[in-house]
Amino acid sequence: MTALPTRKLEAYRYADIDALASVWDELAQPQRVEIAAQQRLQQIWLPSGHEIDIRRVEMVLEAGAAARIFALNNAARYGRIELDVTLHEGADFALFGANIGGGDSTLEIVTTARHIAPGATSRQTIRSVLGDKATGSFLGKIEVAREGQQTDAEQSVKAMLLDRGATANAKPELEIFADDVKCAHGATVGELDKNQLYYAAARGLDPVTARALLLEGFIAGLWDEIDGDDRGIAELARKALRKVAA
Amino acid sequence: MPASLMQRLKLLVERPLMLRIENLHATVADKPILNGLTLTVPSGEIHAIMGPNGAGKSTLAYVLGGRPGYEVTEGSVTFSPTRHPRESGDPAQTEKLGSRFRGNDEEGALDLLAMEPHERAAAGMFLGFQYPVEIPGVSYLQFLRESLNSQRRSRGEAELSGAEFIRLAKAQAALLGMDAEMLKRPVNVGFSGGEKKRAEMVQMGIMDPRIAILDETDSGLDIDALKAVGAGINSIMRAPDKSVLLITHYQRLLDYVVPDQVHVLSRGRIVRSGGPELAHELEREGYQEAAA
Repeated sequence: MTALPTRKLEAYRYADIDALASVWDELAQPQRVEIAAQQRLQQIWLPSGHEIDIRRVEMVLEAGAAARIFALNNAARYGRIELDVTLHEGADFALFGANIGGGDSTLEIVTTARHIAPGATSRQTIRSVLGDKATGSFLGKIEVAREGQQTDAEQSVKAMLLDRGATANAKPELEIFADDVKCAHGATVGELDKNQLYYAAARGLDPVTARALLLEGFIAGLWDEIDGDDRGIAELARKALRKVAA
Repeated sequence: MPASLMQRLKLLVERPLMLRIENLHATVADKPILNGLTLTVPSGEIHAIMGPNGAGKSTLAYVLGGRPGYEVTEGSVTFSPTRHPRESGDPAQTEKLGSRFRGNDEEGALDLLAMEPHERAAAGMFLGFQYPVEIPGVSYLQFLRESLNSQRRSRGEAELSGAEFIRLAKAQAALLGMDAEMLKRPVNVGFSGGEKKRAEMVQMGIMDPRIAILDETDSGLDIDALKAVGAGINSIMRAPDKSVLLITHYQRLLDYVVPDQVHVLSRGRIVRSGGPELAHELEREGYQEAAA
């Protein structure tokens, strides 16, 4: 195992290093996922339930492969999802992730998408809902190699802060060596809309239910593309939102 | 004769006060807008409030609805909702409701200004918005079902199941001539001005309030929508145990919803009151003449 990282390392800039130190020795090597050419993969990543919850994945999509990942990051103290994706020709990758936390939890999603061949697409949609003194971060790096012509890469990052003490970080990073690519990224940080809250109250919604409902609206769409009827992640996210809204 | 019919007949004869506003003063951002407004609305009546721009019409609606930022500096408002038809009537159940929903005296009068906005709704007040708010990502069906069930929990009633709610919503949408499919869409997102106002009336039908405060519900409506909204108000709210405060700038909605009383609001006070003919006089002569 290598040395414990410090916050000087870009990928650990907002990390809870103490929490990381307490599990560093038993932290497993990144899980390696390879998707063969033309194959498709869908994974739903639920929280482990432990107060420190770290998931590290290295993924390789061979030519024409497709992967869709749905992730809920909701650890009580420190949740970190690290994902390094390499895309071969025509591969298609999508990540839908939510950081939902309160208390003084630190939640982060750190990704690198490497477009090393032509015509691959990557789409990342991240929503953070943070209450109390929680910190939620998304660090997303997109690397497009010289061979990665016709890359189509997109990041949409939005955060909602429920309390003054909460913090959101969004850091897109683009490194592009090809000249015919589309790379789009957008990031916003906001708070619940007072007009919407009053409208809901005027219809009889108590304040906690109103906030929870508006937050569900805020993350709406994250789980829409799940294939099949495994909606457990939506239910868990709803519970987590009710908890931070209370 | 069933007890409920007896109750209705009694209301028709006695017309107890539903809403009593006394010497109401209110400010917005420290600027006085309402300056000693006094008004009473008996149950079973529809009252129209008319007045020029800036008279304080919308402020009155928001003060009654408890909107943050609208500060009451003096005066009182009591709301005496007739028993909600969905309440059980069982004394043991009523005990659970808490004093805010039982009322503080024999007539069951509530101190409206002491209640939170969502409690006012649960007690039977509906506020129709001049500019209904859009809520992306939340479907109308979910929004209204959660709202109604939140009200019902406050009143100590059982919540409606999904199927029961959808039946109710479909019936109310049909009444207003609105395609029930629209209720699957996010709240007011992509609705035209007229569709938003129709949707407000569908919401009113679903909530079945005792009093409706309708703030410029007629603004931005074409003639068909105006007729539909007028018919909606009549069918939902014309009842011995219900009242309406219809806030409007123009007389035209009053062709479809004939008020029992018309009040002219000017500089934060009621300066004139009269029957439905007063609305026509205002339309002919303008506010300046009529309010002088």
